[in-house]
Amino acid sequence: MTISIDPQKTNNESLQPKGWLRYFSFSLDHKVIGIQYLVCGFLFYLIGGTLASAIRIELASPMSDFMPRDVYNQVLTLHGTIMIFLWIVPVVNGAFGNYLIPFYVGARDMAFPRLNAVAFWLIPPSGLMLVASYFVEGAAQAGWTAYPPLSITTPQSGQIIWILSVLLLGGSSIFGGINFIATIIKLRRPGLKLMQLPMYCWAMLGTSLLVVLSTPVLAGTLILLSFDIIANTGFFNPVLGGNVVVYQHLFWFYSHPAVYIMVLPAFGLVSEILPVHARKPLFGYTTMVFSIMGIVVLGLVVWAHHMFTSGTPPWMRLFFTIATAFIAVPTGIKFFNWVATLWGGKISINSAMLFSCGFIINFVFGGITGVALAQVPFDIHVHDTYFVVAHFHYIVYGGTVFIIFSSIYHWFPKVTGKMLNEKLGILHFIITFIGFNLCFAPQHWLGLNGMPRRVAEYDPQFQFVNQISSLGALLMAISTIPFLINVFLSVRNGKSAGDNPWNALTPEWLTSSPPPVENWEGEAPLVEEPYGYGKEISEQK
Amino acid sequence: MNLNVFLLTKDAGLEKLNILGILIQIIRDQLLNKNIYLILIISLVFAISFWIGFNVNLLPVEASINAPIYDELFKILFIIGLIIFIGMTIAVIYSLFKFRKRNDQIGDGIALEGNLSLEIVWTIIPSIIVLLIGLYSYNIYDRMGGMKELNHNHEMMSSNTEKIWAGISQTSDNEIAIDNLSIEVSAMQFAFLFNYPKGNFISGELHVPVDQKVSMKMESKDVIHAFWVPEFRIKQDIIPGQPTILNFTPTKVGKYPIICAELCGPYHGGMRASIIVEEESDYNEWFNKNKKPEVNL
Repeated sequence: MTISIDPQKTNNESLQPKGWLRYFSFSLDHKVIGIQYLVCGFLFYLIGGTLASAIRIELASPMSDFMPRDVYNQVLTLHGTIMIFLWIVPVVNGAFGNYLIPFYVGARDMAFPRLNAVAFWLIPPSGLMLVASYFVEGAAQAGWTAYPPLSITTPQSGQIIWILSVLLLGGSSIFGGINFIATIIKLRRPGLKLMQLPMYCWAMLGTSLLVVLSTPVLAGTLILLSFDIIANTGFFNPVLGGNVVVYQHLFWFYSHPAVYIMVLPAFGLVSEILPVHARKPLFGYTTMVFSIMGIVVLGLVVWAHHMFTSGTPPWMRLFFTIATAFIAVPTGIKFFNWVATLWGGKISINSAMLFSCGFIINFVFGGITGVALAQVPFDIHVHDTYFVVAHFHYIVYGGTVFIIFSSIYHWFPKVTGKMLNEKLGILHFIITFIGFNLCFAPQHWLGLNGMPRRVAEYDPQFQFVNQISSLGALLMAISTIPFLINVFLSVRNGKSAGDNPWNALTPEWLTSSPPPVENWEGEAPLVEEPYGYGKEISEQK
Repeated sequence: MNLNVFLLTKDAGLEKLNILGILIQIIRDQLLNKNIYLILIISLVFAISFWIGFNVNLLPVEASINAPIYDELFKILFIIGLIIFIGMTIAVIYSLFKFRKRNDQIGDGIALEGNLSLEIVWTIIPSIIVLLIGLYSYNIYDRMGGMKELNHNHEMMSSNTEKIWAGISQTSDNEIAIDNLSIEVSAMQFAFLFNYPKGNFISGELHVPVDQKVSMKMESKDVIHAFWVPEFRIKQDIIPGQPTILNFTPTKVGKYPIICAELCGPYHGGMRASIIVEEESDYNEWFNKNKKPEVNL
């Protein structure tokens, strides 16, 4: 059965604005929505990055001298919340998912275009609400984890606004997840088998399952927390007989899978980028699919490793140690497969490739500290210290954000029809890579030697290492400049890219760049071998 | 290099699934073809990792029974981590250099879509490593007393009526701490208070004698805090409404920081206290000086 979307319904062209204005409209075009996600996410990345710089300025000296202590806690809470819920999750899922998934399954749009637009338009108001809460009575200041009783006893309006915006963002995420599952399962072009889909589809299928299974738990938890705050109920409030550890279980039941919601799509994106620039098929397609699904299953049963120093009984500590450490196996398979994809290729050393390789190196490092942190006796010393801060920044920044940049360099010609400047791109990579490692590598030592996380003041013996870290943060801030210059210059006067500058075989490149409104002029092509590089006949050429 | 040949040949089929056979074949191939460079590089990676692991100390002073056990685990994980990290980094950088596209080159790389036996090898080897690490860390945790039944002897508290939630109980046998080393810790924004019930006094500094087991029952008055002494390699959250237990044995005389490690409010960074480990005679002197006489009614 051919499922085709009536053009009249999804894109009544006379009603949809044209040109740049459509990016500010309630557009139903998945490509417009993808770009809306990306640009909106990037603006919040700049806000979150500014907050990060404020943190690193405060920590350049051991005294609390740059901002008041409660403002510092608001800054770190907003930094975490913005970076997770408004930058990484919407961009790796919403932006690239919306732009690429319909191409990959051979559809003209997502399964539910209106739901898709609603999912996006929930993000700007909730993000603005979150940022604006600073000016009400001070933003939330209990960290992005919002552990009670601290979140119950701090100023209430900030915490309630925080809960509301996270609920809205969670809703947006669930809408997106349902849409991706429906699109990948039901809107596949006739003749296209599941095992022929590009790897990003599998990553998004796994991620969306996690979103749909775990985000409602977070929503329920935060609603209970808001009852505790507004209505004086006692779910988590120990004064009224509540249990604070139960909150942590519920919170991490979402928030550990959230790590995979941020990382699995990046695994999918890098699996698209490496074969194109290495001119080799993706190594081990089938094992990649199974390892994604293995990560999804394991990712749901490891949450208590965030609670090894909370109230957890010994048997639980042991179970979660083993389960967590085993995630290293499917993850490791993917990394070996990527290196094997590079091996024997004809690799173009460009910005996309460099960011992807930077990702592999950073993520392997973060993964190794992750396996160490999974071990209860190891974690008991470094839990809630800068060691953990360093570890998760290696995963989410060194991992996912590197892949976001790699993807922007890879798909910019698709979206705009123009090339990005390679020299500026490589400069961007070098500054980012050095700045990132300078910022976060020394933090492992800080954590091991006695610096807890989320502090505005610290023992003066740590000043020198903190200053190195702040210098790295400065470099990371600077690295955005060549990137922004590059994007603005290239959008205006970039070299024309043609339809398929990388000679890629995945379906999104088999139409014009930028693509027409319904993706293909005629029928969607049937791409049975999205990674068929090096084959004698590649019929797509 | 000969690994190329292995990596780049199509899988011959399921009869090659014998893992040991494959490994032996890799090694034999390497030796037969005098592929000495690969062996050299691998040995170098191991040598560097072991050298760094044994010579670079990233940890603070060891001042409790737990600390050397912890550092043993750390060293092992550090060495394994270094081997994997250096190995992967070399593989990526080498590939980028060796297989980079030269200017005159056109066309694609080899159409190699996978190698089932190789993929099985790099599934099983990490599984074994991870399992061994897990068992080893279980052993470490057991030696730290983590798997022992928690007990805290205090005359006012019957261990049957109160549920103890978590902590480390550092007892090799079921010996219990001597009475005057049962300490009650209460945490509040933003201070720790140490109650010595036997001496009937409360102190802002934690004094303990060296080489004796200390048993602490901790409870918070307001939000969640955590008790962390980096030199002891121990940490335990202090939770309102749920007492937690932490037992430890200091081994080195000195003054160490007690750090709150759980975000507890604006002055979280300033929530610190000191633990003073002293010789038993000094400790007794301090204890007797602070001890309040029993009130006779």
